[in-house]
Amino acid sequence: MYIIIGGGGDVGYYLTKGLLNHGHEVLLLEKNATRFSALNEELGQAVVRGDACEARTMEEVGASRADVVIAVTGEDEDNLVICQVAKKRFKVGRTIARVNNPKHAEIFQKLGIDITVSPTKSILSLIEAELPTFRFIQLMTLKNAGLEIVELRVPAESPVAGKALREIHLPRSGNLVLIIRNKQNITPTADTQILPNDDVFALVNREGEEELRRVFGTIE
Amino acid sequence: MKIVILGCGRVGAALATMMDRAGHDVSVIDYSSDSFQRLSPDFSGETYVGNGVDEEVLIRAGIKEADAFAAVTNGDNRNIMASQIAREIFKVKKVVCRIYDPLREEIYQELGLETICPTKVGARLIFEAIERK
Repeated sequence: MYIIIGGGGDVGYYLTKGLLNHGHEVLLLEKNATRFSALNEELGQAVVRGDACEARTMEEVGASRADVVIAVTGEDEDNLVICQVAKKRFKVGRTIARVNNPKHAEIFQKLGIDITVSPTKSILSLIEAELPTFRFIQLMTLKNAGLEIVELRVPAESPVAGKALREIHLPRSGNLVLIIRNKQNITPTADTQILPNDDVFALVNREGEEELRRVFGTIE
Repeated sequence: MKIVILGCGRVGAALATMMDRAGHDVSVIDYSSDSFQRLSPDFSGETYVGNGVDEEVLIRAGIKEADAFAAVTNGDNRNIMASQIAREIFKVKKVVCRIYDPLREEIYQELGLETICPTKVGARLIFEAIERK
């Protein structure tokens, strides 16, 4: 695959190295002269000095034959423009943008960016997963379906602890898909009992998540 | 009319002053409060300090009730992103976006943004002035 990356910060640098190791043809664009020289020492011809926001630069590096364009600068507006220009002008099939402000993820999707990656949000959920709180942790978002996969460790004081699923009023919009108990996978049925410290995985939409939270008595 | 202007540089300040004098309800946003010194002393509109691609800042400045939005910061990409937020998220009817880079302007015009490229306009005016002799 031919992959163009805009923005040679740490993310751009390690991404370029990783993708080169996977055997892809990768081209990294960095506009700052000093940073470019440093990258050039390490990456050689895989890095070109130029601004990925400029259509002319993108044309010079052959954007129209790129399979993927990835924008990972520190500025959300630059990442948006890089991806939009790639998509509209050069008909690039897949555009991926880093969003620094997690609130921008939704806007980017509305504006036609295929995939957004929010480091802030990812770090937050990774840290949350390690904290002993009674919250649902968002594991994955299925954007097109408007669904999320969430995880919860059932607290001992949860009102549903000790009850069978048939006794619990689960929201229709929230499906429990898996329970992990003592490293055993349990496919939930109506008879399955929920126990404290169960790891419960559910597929929910936004309203479903709130209802589920109420049912499990979890706190924000 | 209610107008939100993003960027209080020379153009933003002059535009805000003009709109205010014409009797419109004007809000100006800039990330630096110093910029508001450029507004005329009799400016009666509202000023907001903040980042113009932040929805909350735009809402504070009244974008939900705005009839028009103008993006005139120094940054082309900032103007482009803010204008698209105004148009696509807040459904503002009249959105005008300044883009210095002629190539970028062309692309976003094709995408349906109402754009103004001062580079092209300025160059043409100077060209015509010289040709006229």
